[in-house]
Amino acid sequence: MINLPVLVFYSFASLLVLSSAMVIISRNPVRGALFLVLAFFASSVLWMLLEAEFLALALIFVYVGAVMTLFLFVVMMLDLDLVPSREGFVRYLPFGILVMVLFVAVMIVVVTPEHFKLGSLGAVPAHPEGYSNVKEIGEILYTQYFYPFELASILLLTAIIAAITLTFRGRQHSRSQRIDKQLAANKADRMYLVDPKESQ
Amino acid sequence: MSYDIPNLVPAFPEMIVFSLGTLVLLVHAFLGQRRPIITYGAVQLIILMSAVFTLSFINEPTMLTFDNMFILDKFAVILKLFIELAVFLCFFYSRVYLADNNMPRGEYYILGLFAMLGMMVLVSSHHFLTLYLGIELMSLPVYAMVAMKRESGIAAEAAMKYFIIGAMASGMLLYGISMIYGATNNLEFSTVATAIANTAPDQKLILIFGLVFIMVGIAFKLGAVPFHMWLPDVYQGAPNAVTLFIASAPKIAALGMVVRLLVEAMPSLQIQWQQDLIAIAILSMALGNFAAIVQANIKRMLAYSSIAHMGYMILGVIAANNQGYAASTFYIVTYSLMTLGSFGLLVLMSRAGYEVENISDFKGLNTRNPWLAFLMLIMMFSMAGVPPLVGFWAKVGVLKALVQVDLVWLAALALLFAIVGAYYYIRVVKVMYFEEPDSEQRYIISNDMQLALTINGLSVLVLGLFPGWLFELCKSAF
Repeated sequence: MINLPVLVFYSFASLLVLSSAMVIISRNPVRGALFLVLAFFASSVLWMLLEAEFLALALIFVYVGAVMTLFLFVVMMLDLDLVPSREGFVRYLPFGILVMVLFVAVMIVVVTPEHFKLGSLGAVPAHPEGYSNVKEIGEILYTQYFYPFELASILLLTAIIAAITLTFRGRQHSRSQRIDKQLAANKADRMYLVDPKESQ
Repeated sequence: MSYDIPNLVPAFPEMIVFSLGTLVLLVHAFLGQRRPIITYGAVQLIILMSAVFTLSFINEPTMLTFDNMFILDKFAVILKLFIELAVFLCFFYSRVYLADNNMPRGEYYILGLFAMLGMMVLVSSHHFLTLYLGIELMSLPVYAMVAMKRESGIAAEAAMKYFIIGAMASGMLLYGISMIYGATNNLEFSTVATAIANTAPDQKLILIFGLVFIMVGIAFKLGAVPFHMWLPDVYQGAPNAVTLFIASAPKIAALGMVVRLLVEAMPSLQIQWQQDLIAIAILSMALGNFAAIVQANIKRMLAYSSIAHMGYMILGVIAANNQGYAASTFYIVTYSLMTLGSFGLLVLMSRAGYEVENISDFKGLNTRNPWLAFLMLIMMFSMAGVPPLVGFWAKVGVLKALVQVDLVWLAALALLFAIVGAYYYIRVVKVMYFEEPDSEQRYIISNDMQLALTINGLSVLVLGLFPGWLFELCKSAF
């Protein structure tokens, strides 16, 4: 039976698959990034269908609004030379196709509704009036999932430290004496001879 | 909604590492740039404190907390203790090396400390979510540490390879976990285990499909064939101090990951994961031992040797009984002692702008530094599995566990590969003792470092003479 939610699901699910494929296939990285935006948008619609409005909106705000915009900036700023990345494409293609065919065949056999016992789950339960998505998530996030939530925050902190370590080169303001460097210096580093006749 | 505050006591060591670690981060930002020794001392103190707290749990019964996401059992306590020991020794050996090579010292210690936190979370996980977060928290700082020596192109290349393949492996692992979640509707290990046990055999297809992907993630983290390609390049490309870090503690944590995922979450799929592990173990032992023979770079040689050792370690898990798991624990713990000693020696011998990384650098070490040559000899013989040393007992343990479950053919095969492996370990010894040195200059190593290395080396010998108590300790964990 085709009703509106089913129609919406199948159209956006196929849009998601298509745009994800385009992310990989498209030759222009900017276009690839834009297709990724489309993929995020389509998956947020799927979440909306599950009545997870907050997560759907967060996906759009965070990924489309912040992450992908930044990503687009980086891609456009870098002067990417794409020729080397396409080298060997034809050589690896048969192997890639073989792996893909095997993979898709296994998935078609295995990832089916019967295997997931979908019948026992039933439909998404209807929510009572005044139900707040944000409140429910907040409650579970800060109680039951408190520990993984904290771990994720530590992970982000570590990522910040790592990024700073790799890019920060130290301040060069201090004029203090570095005795070890002075002792390590030799004549070749500090002095060079110029022939006055040649330089004239 | 009512909410009971979880029991925080079992997570005390982790809380100390994190809270004091952030404090040291602040101190380092203000003081440490000029005096890295403060950061170093504080980080080592934190590790010691968390080790003391971990040790205090050793006779406690199993505790679950944070809504059953965190488990503290004897297995976790033992692995955590050895992780802390490995990280402590690793920082100890690296101090002079980092200063000589002008690497960001404070960041090395702090990132290493957070990586250690990740390992502790990983071995204490009782939930797929915390397991995954532990893996990421362990890996992310390590990626950055590999690239820390900024002027080195080969290090940057190694870091990129490590990062990209690591991200792919995480993706595979998550995909596998999502399949398990789809089939069992749960993420907590004990609940997943009962759900799998109650699944009809013809319904298990999706679980096996998920298991295969989880296996990929495990093999990558162990650095086992066929997902080992990153390992030799990363070992070679990373600065010696970072190679020392990667080669020791994360391996212990990886065993924790294997046991938690396979033994605790999926015991009913034993027949399936046993088959996968047998293939991984045979391939790792074969490729690791044969490829190590042709290496001229000792870091690369030790990388292939570590691939082979991971194959041996897995043998105990293949036996799939308590004795086997205990043998694996014993194996990984003693192996990490040996890698700490051998890579520690490489770190201590390296000087500013001069990395000791070729086997030829060890030429005639006996005439230059006889004691260092002797310590290296102990490490090499122990890795090869020569009797009075602990590496021998480790191999005997896993092989005995295999023989007892009637996998004699696998044990015989493992023995055959061990004989192949003996060749390249003994070659290092031959180079040290029977070849003429290029120069008569001695390697000068400060007394405290030499003492630590001596203790490290002699512990391999002493544990080989008296392996009983460590065996008992590992056995009591299961």
